[in-house]
Amino acid sequence: MSKTHVTTKVNGDEVEFLCDPRETLLDVLRDRLNLTGAKEGCGTGDCGACSVTVDGRLVCSCLMLGVEAEGKEIGTVEGIATGEELHPLQRKFIEYAALQCGICTPGILVATKALLERTPDPTEEQVRYWLAGNLCRCTGYDKIIRAVMDTAAEMREAS
Amino acid sequence: MVDVALWSGLRPLVEGRDSVEVEGRTVGEILNALRRDYPALGPTLDAGVSVVVDGRVIASSLTEPVSPDSEVVLMMRLKGG
Amino acid sequence: MALDSSKTTGFKYVGTRPDRPDGLDKVTGRAKFGADAYAPGMLHAAIKRSPHAHARIVKIDTSKAEAMEGVKAVVTRADFATGIEGEFGNILENVMAGEKALYDGHAVAAVAATSALIARDAVKAIEVEYEILPHVTDVDAAMQAGAPVIREGAADSSVPEGLHPNIVRYYESGHGDVEAGFAEADLVIEDHFLTEATHQGYIEPHACLGTLGTDGKGELWCCTQGHWYVQKVCAALLDVETSQLRVTASEIGGGFGGKTTVFIEPVALALSRKANRPVKLVMTRAEVFKASGPTSSTSMDVRIGMKKDGTITAAQGTFRLQGGAFPGAPCEMTAMCAFAPYDLKHVHQVGYDVMTNRPKQAAYRAPGSPMAAFAVESVIDELCNKLGLDPIDTRLKNASREGTRASFGPKWPRIGLVETLEAAKAHPHYSAPLKPGQGRGISCGFWFNHGGETAVSLALSEDGSAQVAVGTPDIGGSRASMALMAAEVLGIPYEDIRVTIADTATLGYNEISHGSRVTYASGLATIKAAEDAVQKLCARAAAKWGIPEDAVYWEDGYAKPSGPNAGEFEPLHIGDITATMGATGGPICGHFEATPEGAGVSFATHIVDAEVDPETGKTSVVRYTVVQDAGKAVHPTYVEGQFQGGAAQGIGWALNEEYIYGEDGRLQNAGFLDYRIPVASDLPMIDTVIVEVPNPGHPFGVRGVGETSICPPLAAIANAVSAAAGVRMRQLPMRPSRILEALESAVDG
Ligand code: FES
Ligand code: FES
Repeated sequence: MSKTHVTTKVNGDEVEFLCDPRETLLDVLRDRLNLTGAKEGCGTGDCGACSVTVDGRLVCSCLMLGVEAEGKEIGTVEGIATGEELHPLQRKFIEYAALQCGICTPGILVATKALLERTPDPTEEQVRYWLAGNLCRCTGYDKIIRAVMDTAAEMREAS
Repeated sequence: MVDVALWSGLRPLVEGRDSVEVEGRTVGEILNALRRDYPALGPTLDAGVSVVVDGRVIASSLTEPVSPDSEVVLMMRLKGG
Repeated sequence: MALDSSKTTGFKYVGTRPDRPDGLDKVTGRAKFGADAYAPGMLHAAIKRSPHAHARIVKIDTSKAEAMEGVKAVVTRADFATGIEGEFGNILENVMAGEKALYDGHAVAAVAATSALIARDAVKAIEVEYEILPHVTDVDAAMQAGAPVIREGAADSSVPEGLHPNIVRYYESGHGDVEAGFAEADLVIEDHFLTEATHQGYIEPHACLGTLGTDGKGELWCCTQGHWYVQKVCAALLDVETSQLRVTASEIGGGFGGKTTVFIEPVALALSRKANRPVKLVMTRAEVFKASGPTSSTSMDVRIGMKKDGTITAAQGTFRLQGGAFPGAPCEMTAMCAFAPYDLKHVHQVGYDVMTNRPKQAAYRAPGSPMAAFAVESVIDELCNKLGLDPIDTRLKNASREGTRASFGPKWPRIGLVETLEAAKAHPHYSAPLKPGQGRGISCGFWFNHGGETAVSLALSEDGSAQVAVGTPDIGGSRASMALMAAEVLGIPYEDIRVTIADTATLGYNEISHGSRVTYASGLATIKAAEDAVQKLCARAAAKWGIPEDAVYWEDGYAKPSGPNAGEFEPLHIGDITATMGATGGPICGHFEATPEGAGVSFATHIVDAEVDPETGKTSVVRYTVVQDAGKAVHPTYVEGQFQGGAAQGIGWALNEEYIYGEDGRLQNAGFLDYRIPVASDLPMIDTVIVEVPNPGHPFGVRGVGETSICPPLAAIANAVSAAAGVRMRQLPMRPSRILEALESAVDG
């Protein structure tokens, strides 16, 4: 089957790839660009483990085709830290033990980062509804929510 | 002799008794004695059992010591998640 | 000097809450899970599965698939070892169907191709001719005369004569005379309870990357709770020597018991052997639902008698567990756990393991226990309500304690049930006022816990830091717990210890991470391995000082002479000893291999407030408190996490989650959209209380904590919902439609 040439930006870097028109953005990130931070939990848009941002919007990369990435800016978990400096969310997730197995963590970090960028002072309820598309089976969400609320408070103070 | 309590599903295999007496100083010896003296228990023992000695569940160790006044209870082998 | 660091108080590291060692990898996306491995020349595989619940396989035609460009290998049952019986025979039959497809989703063939897309297309090109057979998926129906027989001769010797061949194992135990006990009661309640099969719901689907050569040597990378078990099973199914197959456990994205067995690994290896290339195989979510191992569904009858003062006079239970198309449903665990929290003079319990045309059940956190607690604790709640008794006081009155006889036979050692009940009673949640429309529920729960074969090795580095190799995958922070325990014994900082999950080639056999055994058994082994190293460190100091080894003791990272008689020497720091170890006798390592048998049981008490909307039937859990005995919490934050996670899974089981089979025997909801696990907006914060009644079988008193937390929720929530709705709920899940039905029939009745 003939492949399509795509040029896009991932975490600020320009990348090019050839992909089958049936491949999802998640397939491309993982199998062609070696960015395995985004996970496939379901492949049907139900778990959020594959969350990335596309031009700043939070999307399930399993629901978008690789060819649709042409000319876009993609953000993944691999781009959240700046050099050796972790994003405050990453620090707080470790501190609060907001992960057990950690398979949901990349998606949840991408999703909550997107939340805090538009809503720096969310209520607990807002965080819970924002994350309703990101399944975590290990934690019961308690420590995740606490980590996010505390990060938001810290980031507000710092800014 | 050590008194070994059986779960009631096993009682039909030992003429309705709820416990049997066997010779043995370790869990392994007890299991061997059960097999020898009560062949009808063989398939159950083969399927896997745990032996509770004085309240401690011994899941696999055959060398665990048993004394004549130990409380010994046979239990189906445990599985976990 | 036999070193013994046993203690239950005065810890320096154990009980603190440091960051986990693998935290950075897991928040940056670097951690490598099952599907994150790639190999040069790697092929992608896909599995062809039966769409029928029960069918004879007449013919499999793979020729079209084989002819496709990019397809490198196709395998069927003919590519696996023959003549395997027993447990491994069942696993083989489940991994790749032989004569019959036994459930919707049963594997019948597999393909390896140069891309995942080609592999999927090739699977569609495989033609299978089936002769469809009658099927049964319901536990009660499968026990009836005339029900289709899943497999003749599958029953073992425990099953009494005359029962349906689908009943494959039977368990019965108890003591006293229950009829006499019921005669003493002021009130006897008997009820029938039903629960549906649920899935562990780990977010990471099963995944592996396998290479197997015609020389019988292989490498396997997979997400599993037990890579030595995978090694053993795969070697048997492919007829290679166990030691020639090296298995490495990836980071594991959840398991909860569901990754204690083998589903796809032998298939990847068989394809690899045929194609002579590495093969990656990853399940889709639909495959996970259809063809991994959900829980049993159950049908249960429980009868309990109580006096007016709350004394339970007798208890009886019958527990029928549907275990899918193979023997193994944990009916004996259900029966043994059912009445474990109570000190009963007269008790009798029966369990049935029943086969149906469903996937082979697998363990899920305290397998079998949550359903039992649902039935038993519901009846106790009803009795308390009718007799006007306080539910915690009543449970305290009847509670199992050290020295009382367990419902399944032996006398209890030191256990912590009473302590959890007392802590629950003292918790502000228990006395907080409820709003109109809300109800409060209580339940106890019990799990055995397990030890199991364990090997750990520890190596000291020249600078006095330590590397610990354990064989139990880190499924939720266990590296941190191991490092804390090693730090405690060695007396060096937590940060100076690196814990690695060893592969099967570098350590002795380690049993699967199940039965909440990791912190208990690997922890115990880590402590013992560290003690072994400390003993060698003391010996080096003794040699240097020219005094006997037993005149040296170890404290806070230093070897010290044990008293004035031993002589006056400056304490030697661990780093001083290791710096010269090459010249004083060689590397210093500690190791431990054993099957520890002192796993302490764990009890819990949960309190939950629920609110039911009478218009929609929707339940909201508004407040939740977990009280559980951890023996000793090594890393309290992760213990809390286990409590919260178990409670959340229990909430899902109680309210939403269920396997739904159609008339055609096919699974109707094989996806997260229709099989709905709790999401963040469904849950409240989950409060936790860690009770610590030390386990005498562990040097630091640790009890496993991972499983007990899922035992009380089903009943606690059912009791809360029943109180809120004003009608007794005896069937799970308590989805809105079921609550509305119950409300309507309560009005009609
Ligand atoms: S993998 Fe994309 S939402 Fe689950
Ligand atoms: S930490 Fe395991 S799924 Fe969230």
